[in-house]
Amino acid sequence: MARPPLDDDELIAKFGPHLNQAPPGGWDAGLQIDKVVQTHCCFCGQQCGIKLKVHDNEVVGFEPWYDFPFNEGKLCPKGVKRYLQGSHPDRLLHPMERDPSAPGGFREVSWDQALDRVVSEIRRIQETYGDDAFAMLSGVSLTNEKSYLIGKFARLALHTANLDYNGRYCMVSAGSGNKKALGVDRAPNPWSDIPLADVVWVAGSNVAETFPITTSYIWRARDRGARLIVQDPRVVPLARTADLFLPVRPGSDSALFGAVLHELIRHDWLDHEFIDEHTVDFDLAAAAVADMTPAWAADITGVPAARIEEAAEIWGTAATGMMLHARGIEQQVKGVDNVLAAINLGLATGKFGKPGCGVSTITGQGNGQGGREHGHKCDQLPGNRDITNPEHRAYIAKVWECEESEIPGKGIPALEIIEEIHAGTIKGLLSICFNPVVSSPDTNFTAEALDKLEFYAVIDFFLSESGQHADVVLAGSLHEEDEGTTTSGEGRIIKINAAVTPPGEARLDWQILLDIAERLGKGEHFHYDNTKEIFDELRLASAGGTADYLGATWERIEAEHGLFWPIPEVGHPGTPRLYEGGKFYFPDGKARFHGIAWRESAEVVDDEYPIWLTTGRVVSQYLSGTQTRRIASLVAQYPEPLCEMHPRLADQLGVVDGDLVTVTSRRGDMTLPANVVNTIRPDTVFIPYHWPGGKAANQLTLRAVDPISKMPEFKVAAVRIARAGGTSVTIDARELHLTEGLS
Amino acid sequence: MKRSRYGIDDSPIFVIDQSRCIGCEACVQACEECGTHRGKSLIHLERIDRATSTQTAPMVCMHCEDPTCANVCPADAIKQTEGGIVQSALKPRCIGCSNCVIACPFGVPKYVAEFDQMMKCDMCTDRTSDGYAPMCASVCPSEALWYGTPEEFRDTRSGSLLDNWLFGRQNVHTKVFTVVDDLAGGPLDALSTATGTWLDDPFGLEAAR
Repeated sequence: MARPPLDDDELIAKFGPHLNQAPPGGWDAGLQIDKVVQTHCCFCGQQCGIKLKVHDNEVVGFEPWYDFPFNEGKLCPKGVKRYLQGSHPDRLLHPMERDPSAPGGFREVSWDQALDRVVSEIRRIQETYGDDAFAMLSGVSLTNEKSYLIGKFARLALHTANLDYNGRYCMVSAGSGNKKALGVDRAPNPWSDIPLADVVWVAGSNVAETFPITTSYIWRARDRGARLIVQDPRVVPLARTADLFLPVRPGSDSALFGAVLHELIRHDWLDHEFIDEHTVDFDLAAAAVADMTPAWAADITGVPAARIEEAAEIWGTAATGMMLHARGIEQQVKGVDNVLAAINLGLATGKFGKPGCGVSTITGQGNGQGGREHGHKCDQLPGNRDITNPEHRAYIAKVWECEESEIPGKGIPALEIIEEIHAGTIKGLLSICFNPVVSSPDTNFTAEALDKLEFYAVIDFFLSESGQHADVVLAGSLHEEDEGTTTSGEGRIIKINAAVTPPGEARLDWQILLDIAERLGKGEHFHYDNTKEIFDELRLASAGGTADYLGATWERIEAEHGLFWPIPEVGHPGTPRLYEGGKFYFPDGKARFHGIAWRESAEVVDDEYPIWLTTGRVVSQYLSGTQTRRIASLVAQYPEPLCEMHPRLADQLGVVDGDLVTVTSRRGDMTLPANVVNTIRPDTVFIPYHWPGGKAANQLTLRAVDPISKMPEFKVAAVRIARAGGTSVTIDARELHLTEGLS
Repeated sequence: MKRSRYGIDDSPIFVIDQSRCIGCEACVQACEECGTHRGKSLIHLERIDRATSTQTAPMVCMHCEDPTCANVCPADAIKQTEGGIVQSALKPRCIGCSNCVIACPFGVPKYVAEFDQMMKCDMCTDRTSDGYAPMCASVCPSEALWYGTPEEFRDTRSGSLLDNWLFGRQNVHTKVFTVVDDLAGGPLDALSTATGTWLDDPFGLEAAR
């Protein structure tokens, strides 16, 4: 019975999002500081170092952490205000059960009542429908310790194959591409390589808004004379000063990369020695691009042929170069193709394994790197092992002290779990750190699916829009309430320190999982007194895998400001730069070229839906907004989604800036203000996705996925647009001034 | 812990390079966290013309050697520190007339009705006097706002530093620097059409493909 117990207004009145305006005690309280805790920002995979100021078990402010080498004190607005997520009026303080007659639709229950209910429902559903009918969805804002524990918990305590995570919507195309071409899923370089590059090519990443700190690394390269290429459907803030802008049509990136490889070959801007000694299958890649001329690609991508030729020349003739790509090229049904085509350009010019050289994803979520390595994924065991590989299973069974047969097989990926819930084959769900009602494609379908669950339990610190569907809500912990590690987008394992303890009856996430395991009769596999013991088991479980953490102790991680994996033995210095000496992670040590043929996106524009839609983020909000939509000053920066469109399109539609428009796709429609700007392709509109319900951009996106990575196509859809009548009053976000006392 | 490379004898300077601004507002959010005016952000961040560009521009007080705001203040409420930092109007003296708001050539002072007082950037006196960088320059992710020594700037950054302005016949020397491409290159020809960059036609709408 996993339907929201009350309507939206009543739920929001009780559980928010309300806006936290000021630190505990107010702005005038003065900063009485008991302790200052060195830790990291919870928002995004850059994992900037930050110091949290604590008074009386509340985080009351922050101080830049100048000595942490990655960001040297720098923060984006989310980082500056991240401390305001604590001491929040919406914080869940005790376990709850769905009860439409209770205020807000949920009544407080004891931990015993809540956990007994969860366990009895798990048992009932698994006995009635089979073990795999109870699924688990997790997320990578969690530490490595929790990610590892959840992988083990789902397999040994829940005994379900169906565990997956929200990195499925973020990093999996990059991960699959890197494994196929290079043999390992990690960014190839420490960020300190970026300033050493003679060309920086940013492909499908709005760095200024989603990874602001990376901007400073790019400028350090430019201060040395490096050239900057930006590939994006929008003139994003970083593009404004770029040397070359490639205004690519959504979904056409592999055509662009193909034409660049075509030009590299035509002009012989190739590193033949590197190709011969360190790669295989160059002929396949070359054959695939034989007909991909710049003129051909110009027709598909909308990028003038001369600019494609110029990009090839800049990349092909530079001694060093880095390409940084993110969700723009990855969140497509061709996500893996795009990543492989990008890697082809690096391999063809020998730009791997050397200072200032690499083709790298920019990991999105907080622990997007570490959280995708240790058994959090439906097909994976710790150390980035394969759950279908008998040797890998046997090794993990030994570490877990269980029979290999006790470890379930390969499960289904996140979106498929939601589809199977909708189809009625998955009946029960436990989720943590995942808000699929906002972040999954096709919002209406997702909400319908959750309604069909016979039982849904969530572990969370705020009641997210998905949590509103829950039968049982277990009050868990915030980032600053627990100790552990994460692994940043550079592949740097870093230490997360607890600043405060959970308020009220809320508990640490891992202790909740241990209690459920105990009640399921699987307690013998889950004897941990603290998260350090979990990490030490993770180190052992990862040993011998590609993501090898064996030598990374908490003490060294903290003392050395992080350690780069692989770190396969105690005392090993770590591996900041991968592939040095042209050694790739395959038995023959050679990287793989791939032949990437051109194909279209799952949905293309037509007479009925003639405009491309692409979605993304804004600088002041993080993912599904569960945290950042509750911080007043971040909300004030960009309070609601806007539909960015070019004046040419606006003229065709009879729309001026601020007019309300209705955007319709084959999945649904939404009405929102138009933001008429010259900085987007005239055939494309952009809508950020951080909001729920009627403001959810994912009402419009489709459930098509990449065949390899199973990444949904968030970046390409076909829509039509019409004036809705009326004008928004808050078109300029910065004119919305929240008054003191507004809660 | 102090940032050793900004030791007290090192005389750090404050630099604004508007061209690097990404409009993220980290500075606006961090200014609000400064100990001397917590809860009140005093930095300016302007969106120049969002309809045509993502260009944004941050503006801290330039801390003029001979501050116009102080010169036009009828209540003698605006004072400079020995280090040349121009401060917010003294609360007991400020009459809220806003002469300073109108006269400042950089548009920096803000009249805050809530306190009936002119408030402005004080270069985070609480931090800089203690050897720390101001809040905005500490957090700025693109280093559009930057705090360090002139030597460090020359060693690591491109562009020339500018601290000398002409507003009509008024010559203004500032403590804060801005960055221009090449100071020796002579005056900028704002009407020049010779550049021919992709910015003239970002999406290739005019050019034949």
